Amino acid sequence: MSLRKNLLSFSIFFIIIFLSSKTVFSVEPDKFIQNIVDKASAVLKNDHPKEYKIEKLKSIAMDSVDIRGIGLYTLGSHRKKLSDDQKKKYNDLFRDYFLKSFSSRLSDYTDPKINVISQEKLNEKYTIVSSILVATEKTPEVKIDWRVYTKNPEKPLIRDLIIEGLSLARTQKEEFNSVIQSNNGNINALFINLENFINN
Amino acid sequence: MKKLSLIFFLSVLLSIPVYAGSDGQLSLSEKNKPEEVKDCFENVNRGIFAFNQALDATIFEPIAKGYRFIPSPIRSGTSNALSNLSNLVSVPNNLLQGDIENAGINSIRFAINSTIGILGIFDPAAAMGFEKKDKEDYGQTLGTWGVGPGCYLVLPILGPSTTRDAVGSIANLVGGDPWFNVTVANDTNYFNESDYYATRITNGVDFRAKNIESFDNLEENSIDFYASIRSLYLQDRQQKILNSQTITDTMDDSDWEEIETD
Repeated sequence: MSLRKNLLSFSIFFIIIFLSSKTVFSVEPDKFIQNIVDKASAVLKNDHPKEYKIEKLKSIAMDSVDIRGIGLYTLGSHRKKLSDDQKKKYNDLFRDYFLKSFSSRLSDYTDPKINVISQEKLNEKYTIVSSILVATEKTPEVKIDWRVYTKNPEKPLIRDLIIEGLSLARTQKEEFNSVIQSNNGNINALFINLENFINN
Repeated sequence: MKKLSLIFFLSVLLSIPVYAGSDGQLSLSEKNKPEEVKDCFENVNRGIFAFNQALDATIFEPIAKGYRFIPSPIRSGTSNALSNLSNLVSVPNNLLQGDIENAGINSIRFAINSTIGILGIFDPAAAMGFEKKDKEDYGQTLGTWGVGPGCYLVLPILGPSTTRDAVGSIANLVGGDPWFNVTVANDTNYFNESDYYATRITNGVDFRAKNIESFDNLEENSIDFYASIRSLYLQDRQQKILNSQTITDTMDDSDWEEIETD
């Protein structure tokens, strides 16, 4: 009787711990985005050399962006035609391409101020977080939406940036598709272009 | 005749905002597929695109950079005045799209800003509660009526368009643009042709000046700049035709749903 009681108590305790841990460690997408933009902003506004900033930005991206997921998305229907070797090669190339492109795009900004304003849950896997890049003397206010992949609520990841309604992932996808189509569907042409970009 | 042809050509081009263009699919049921707009004349388009880039590098970008030296309040006032003028095309298009409310708001904004706001340089209408609305043009109206975009086009000097939007722009020349009517189409004592072209050119320079870094950055980070611009242009038009402020209305989630990562 005592053993059963202990087991019951232990089970209840375990369930409570499990449930509370889910609550405690689940990250709200809007807070997740605000945290990332604050981190990036802190990197950009300091006086370190550009190379240092780029490395820091890459590190933030690797931790918060679903680079592999974006890479698969940007391949569109072509991803279904890849062999395992090609898929591995593409994943590696895309990661290097993305990190270089991403950090290069951001590193020219100095102290950007982004305020998260709202979020909209699309379904269990996606939430759109809306934010505003505050206007400066030179640039107007810009609306930036973030597609956050929330399949694992404890580890949300960014999958797309939608700037004034224009999706960067979709632009990238159509750009890659254009390169492949212009080369009669040859995926290796895309690989060569990515390699050239990475090495330049 | 030669002059008429020149006017026609320039007007078609200049009546389309630079890089502002036309959507992909215009029917709401297929709203999320701008990539399906056919690039029927891709080789020619790429040639014109290269020409436009060369022209931009040698003329437009330097002018736009110079324009930035003008004090910010003057640039802002110029931008406001041009935006105010665009209401003359937005209002008839609001009406053609059945959007009576925005037609009213844009008309009131034009009346207030043209008078109290000194030719649109200031925007007192916004302070009175009449907030600025999105611009509308005849290409967008055709889109909302269900006319398909046709082929993607790159026009000399001004860049991306579609056959539907190029056709829509002709409406500006046949009475659809009151500003064109009082400057170019009819002799008036108050305006002349140069006023029209000056506003159109300034509009282009103003747009280019606002986007110098964006274009440089995009070009630097693209492996196919032509395809990037095409995609952005078609997405932009799609959004404008849907008149949606909600980003989720213009997104296609189907492809994302297939992507699973750990």
